[in-house]
Amino acid sequence: MPDDAVFWVLAVPAVASGAMVFRLDSMARATYALLLSLLCVGGLVIRLGLDYLGVVVILMMTIEMALMAVFMVMFMMNPAGLMPMSMLHNKRGAAAICAGVFALLAAGILLAPWPRRRGRPDDDPTMALGESLMGPHMLTMMTLGLALFTTIVATVVLATGRGRYDRFGDDLRARRPADPVRPGARR
Amino acid sequence: MADTAPVWAVVLLPFALAAAAAVVAGFDAVLAAAAERGRSGRPLRAAPAPLHAGLRMLGQQPRRTAAGDPWLGRLGIALVPVAAVLAGAVLPWGFRAVTDPVVGVVWFNAMEVLAWAAVWLAGWGPNSALSLIGGYRFLAQGMAYELPHMFALTTAALGAESLRVGEVVAAQRGLWFAVWMPAAFAVYLLSALAMAFWGPFDHPLGRDAAGGAAAEYAGVDRLVLLAGRWLLLVVTAGFSVPLFLGGGYGPWLPAWAWTLLKTAAVLGLLVAGRRLLPALRMERYMEFAWAVLVPLTLVQALVVAVVVLGR
Repeated sequence: MPDDAVFWVLAVPAVASGAMVFRLDSMARATYALLLSLLCVGGLVIRLGLDYLGVVVILMMTIEMALMAVFMVMFMMNPAGLMPMSMLHNKRGAAAICAGVFALLAAGILLAPWPRRRGRPDDDPTMALGESLMGPHMLTMMTLGLALFTTIVATVVLATGRGRYDRFGDDLRARRPADPVRPGARR
Repeated sequence: MADTAPVWAVVLLPFALAAAAAVVAGFDAVLAAAAERGRSGRPLRAAPAPLHAGLRMLGQQPRRTAAGDPWLGRLGIALVPVAAVLAGAVLPWGFRAVTDPVVGVVWFNAMEVLAWAAVWLAGWGPNSALSLIGGYRFLAQGMAYELPHMFALTTAALGAESLRVGEVVAAQRGLWFAVWMPAAFAVYLLSALAMAFWGPFDHPLGRDAAGGAAAEYAGVDRLVLLAGRWLLLVVTAGFSVPLFLGGGYGPWLPAWAWTLLKTAAVLGLLVAGRRLLPALRMERYMEFAWAVLVPLTLVQALVVAVVVLGR
């Protein structure tokens, strides 16, 4: 019974604030409505007994949404929501697609022959997760990590206004980088 | 080792943290008075000054700004003390914390990060350029603080082979982590100040931005934001005791007394040390954080990992 109460207390705000993302005009509000939704999801994951994953969802999503607010304010029109605007486009098409996908998924849930549960959850799900990531799925995780890291480096290289040729000269021979402020690490 | 405290501790926790924050703020006021007027100026009389200031703020009219977003602003303000208290829930007093979840260390970090986002919200709220600058500052600087901070937390958890705060304390029965993880401990103390945006790191509320994120707040709003910052400082500094200073372990005295002594020592060091340090120039500290502190904490974590594997 208390478990059910916790589920509903987290599930209803998760869906409601997720929907509010599309209703709110202000990008800051929309971002933090999304954060609220994700925090509730993190709570639900904890409720499933996956403490580590749940708290990491809370930690990571807070960092991500705090940063995303910057980009939303930077790139979206009407960042502060002082003018009415809508985040909905192609309303009819989107509604039809949503209804179709919902019907499909619901039918799948109801019609699929679900397997019976075999085995029981590990005593320490955090440990089991770590062993799974570092054991059988090591290759996947390493590839994923490398791909993510490459993406980050590539994005920074593409986005940076001052590269090494600006800092160290065309032949990269300058002993001190020509930076507008003196570097803190005294290189 | 670590037990969960009785239920009434949940009610007591915010008040205990608030009392600790008031004492630390009073200590800071005494030091400030001593620096200004010298010993003959009776600096001890300044101890209740933060409380007086707080009471005065209670009577003030909150300020309203045109076309602001009071919902988000108030949410941000309230989140600072709330996140500090939630983080304090895993802080053991002696060997007992309000709660000791299996992932206590991660929980603590998640709550700190919530306070980080809250400062941006507080700066965004009033629709004022200076407070917005304050909020954005902390967002940008917070990344440079958070990564070494996270690695320092990870190192302590690695040394104990557990994310449970109680087990981190239990692993220090023989040797404090501060002794064999000095780099992680130093980085933790530095980033504890930074995550509480206090002292040399108070740029989000800096004077050069006319008060930054707090510029437009008066009355209760201002009180909650500034008191929340002291709470955050007490909690982040206090967490170094179970992480690196052996929690309640110590000879002769009971565990709660050791926790109190160690926490007071860390806070005293940070608050008094702030008087000895110049204000940090952020553009330099940021590079220092990324180029020196991050590799340093990574190497420290590597050393600890090798030791843990070898034993």
